[in-house]
Amino acid sequence: MSEREKILGRIREALRVPAPVPGSADHSDGAVRVVTEAEAAKHIADWLPVVADTFDGRVELFRANAVELRAEFHLFRELQEMEIHVRELAIAEGWKKIASHSGELTDRACSALALPRLATDQKYDVNELESCDAGISECDALIAQTGSVLVSTRTAGGRALSVLPPHHIVLAKREQLLADLPEAFALLKSKYESNFPSFISFITGPSRTGDIERILVLGAHGPRKLTILCV
Amino acid sequence: MCYPRIGVSMVEIFERLGHSVDYPAELTCCGQPAFNSGYWKEARPIGVRVLNRLKDAEVVVIASGSCGAMIKKFYMDLFAKTAHFQAAKALASKCYEFSDFLVTRLGVTEVGARFPHRVTFHDGCHGLRELGNKKQPRALLAKVQGLELVEMSEAETCCGFGGTFATKFPMISTAMGEVKCASALETRAEYIVSNDASCNMHIQGLADRQQLPLRTIHLAEVLNSR
Amino acid sequence: MNASARQFKRDAERLTRDLRHRLLIRTALKKYEVARDARRSRYQDWQSARQTAAEIKWDAVNHLDKYLEELVEKLESRGTKVHWASDGEKARQIILGIIREKQACSIIKSKVMTGEEIHLNEALEKAGLSVVESDFGEYIVQLRHEAPYHFVFPAMHLVRGEISELFQKELGSNPTNDPEQLMLIARQVLRGKYISADIGISGANFAIAETGMISITENEGNARLTCALPKVHIALMGIEKVIPKLEDLAIFLPMLATAGAGQALTGYNSLYGGPRQPGESDGPEEFHFVLLDNKRTHLLADAEQRDALHCIRCGACLNVCPIYRNVGGHTYGTTYQGPIGSVITPHLRGLQNWKHLSYASSLCGACTETCPVKIDLHHHLLQSRRNATAQRSIWWEKFAFKGFAFLMNRPILFLLVGKLGRLGQKFHPFVKGTRFDPARAWTRSRELPTIAKQTFGEYWRARGR
Repeated sequence: MSEREKILGRIREALRVPAPVPGSADHSDGAVRVVTEAEAAKHIADWLPVVADTFDGRVELFRANAVELRAEFHLFRELQEMEIHVRELAIAEGWKKIASHSGELTDRACSALALPRLATDQKYDVNELESCDAGISECDALIAQTGSVLVSTRTAGGRALSVLPPHHIVLAKREQLLADLPEAFALLKSKYESNFPSFISFITGPSRTGDIERILVLGAHGPRKLTILCV
Repeated sequence: MCYPRIGVSMVEIFERLGHSVDYPAELTCCGQPAFNSGYWKEARPIGVRVLNRLKDAEVVVIASGSCGAMIKKFYMDLFAKTAHFQAAKALASKCYEFSDFLVTRLGVTEVGARFPHRVTFHDGCHGLRELGNKKQPRALLAKVQGLELVEMSEAETCCGFGGTFATKFPMISTAMGEVKCASALETRAEYIVSNDASCNMHIQGLADRQQLPLRTIHLAEVLNSR
Repeated sequence: MNASARQFKRDAERLTRDLRHRLLIRTALKKYEVARDARRSRYQDWQSARQTAAEIKWDAVNHLDKYLEELVEKLESRGTKVHWASDGEKARQIILGIIREKQACSIIKSKVMTGEEIHLNEALEKAGLSVVESDFGEYIVQLRHEAPYHFVFPAMHLVRGEISELFQKELGSNPTNDPEQLMLIARQVLRGKYISADIGISGANFAIAETGMISITENEGNARLTCALPKVHIALMGIEKVIPKLEDLAIFLPMLATAGAGQALTGYNSLYGGPRQPGESDGPEEFHFVLLDNKRTHLLADAEQRDALHCIRCGACLNVCPIYRNVGGHTYGTTYQGPIGSVITPHLRGLQNWKHLSYASSLCGACTETCPVKIDLHHHLLQSRRNATAQRSIWWEKFAFKGFAFLMNRPILFLLVGKLGRLGQKFHPFVKGTRFDPARAWTRSRELPTIAKQTFGEYWRARGR
């Protein structure tokens, strides 16, 4: 018997006796209450923290969360403003080389920079990525409820671009601002259906650790700085 | 046996409120020590006596969160799938912890008490978590003349008694008691009030050994002070 | 009393007297409490969220075979190699087998509690492989040759001075008391290891049946690097962690973060659905997923305690447990500490040898109250006590409780004992605190109450009723 058969066999044997549903502390009549995932899950949005209905309200929530997370967030009226901001960052931080991937926003932002650029759209040398001062990517969505950036291999140039360089810059469009986590998962399903990227991530602030006396320190292994630019 | 004033206080309060009180003198224990130690078979005969003696009572009031929880909640585990299950359920429905009885069943918070002291309240775990009695004791204390209630940061933290736990793991039990005492001392309260005599016994025992200026007192005694 | 119970008592004796340690843990956990309360209050309905989370887990665990099959089918369809391991030995063999086949020598790991459970690091090191823990806290305890102190905060018991000394000794770094500097030292060292590692080993917090993915939660980014850079990625996960649908994560991820650390969401929550897919520029060429039983099916078969398998390993029960706060994580001597550890360890490692963990609790219920998925933790400890005595009772204890029941059901005898007690009290001061003191367990640190001159029973009889 294979390990698989052994384990599945033990599971089926164990499950012949029903278990009580948590929260149903009724010892009495022996009738076993049954719940389904579908019934339970449909209320999730009602329990999570509240999110405004309007774009302005959501932006303000995202901004407040970003501040708390020590991430930078800017909302621009025009694409050019975003490009200028990226250029200013490059100068202020003394970037010598950046990494990015091809995309509507990234192409424009990077071409304005006139810096050597590593493209992570095809196979690349990790050591070269390690030597970059910043990684500039797009994203799948921004999530107001948590101040998160949703990325995947397809929208952020692979798995490592958004985590290896010390500064991660995210370029987003305002239509990409979603209200909450349930909306984000619905987006993933409708956008990718059955052909998901092999890597998806919810990025919530720069890399951090509290392992030393519960004191917050940024830039543990991932980026020390996270800048989110929205237009 | 050790704290008769608690029972006396309860009797006097109820009679003052116009109720008639009966005391089942032949009942000694709810059986919790055996139950908590895992000896459910040995605990059952004790529980059966309780069920039989109290089955005709109109209402049963218990001065302790832990005994109250035993009868109101754990008897249904103890007697699950036995002939006594329905009796256990019936008793549970007419059983009340003391503060809950006054506030919820009788709708009374003012009992004419006077206790001009600064006090802090210790939430016994059974009363707090098994029975959900957080507000009731405080509603009663709020109406006591001259009483000043100051909450301690560790009000809801277990004092460390835990029944046989106190003697099986005395070092942990003591450490937990020390945390409770330190928190009470921070409030500069003269008394620690609780509705569980066993918690008081443990806290007072520790305070006396370490010569801390802390006095424990049962809620019923406070409410019976004039 | 067996060896583990004796060791537990010895360590508890030592740690409860260590006031510095008690204060350190208390301070850390008070900070956690403040953050947690603030975060919880932002939920529209935390209690309903718990109920929903509990129900989804109930569905998942009570249809475990169905969801596991769906998960594996989806994973395999996109190139993941799935392995099943009925116990720790099998899992170690599988992982070693993969490593040998790849002729790999350097391994980087992110936090894998199931790896601790099966003593994976020891097995790998014995096989001559170099294994580096990339999670900062795990890296620290690895250098100290210690077990993790807390499964979410492995180095919670250490202050910066101790970490600085450790780094000076093991890494030759300069002394510093600045947490940021200390972290930079570790970051420097680990950087190169990511890039050069042949194999990355991770755990998984959840696996999604519907879409064939695993979900990994972290703050540092070390797991993301572990699963991105090496050519081979191996993930080890307990079978109970599978959940039905992708959108279920919308309740689990925030609750895990809130209950575990008072965060809205942990820094990185990443989903992995396979090795590098066509068109992707990076990621492992091979992805191996190892499913571990290791007595989880034993716990599954106990319908009364089955909900312990709902655990999302947030650590909240540890954080609120007054026993944990006073004895610390190492005292338990187990992979999983605190209330959840005390509930599952007897199932995973044997009831008779680990039942003492069920007794080392005052059953206060703070754990059950805080658990985001509503596991009935403290009642399970009570049930374990019952199960342990039913399986093998201690003869004199059983005799004592039979005697107790006998006495309690005979009020006249009870009265007599009361009177004898009042008499005995007079003589007690002569033996108090000595080894002849029958109440020594109490009197070593506390005064005894005195039996009243008139008991309530006597008062009642005097009233003439």
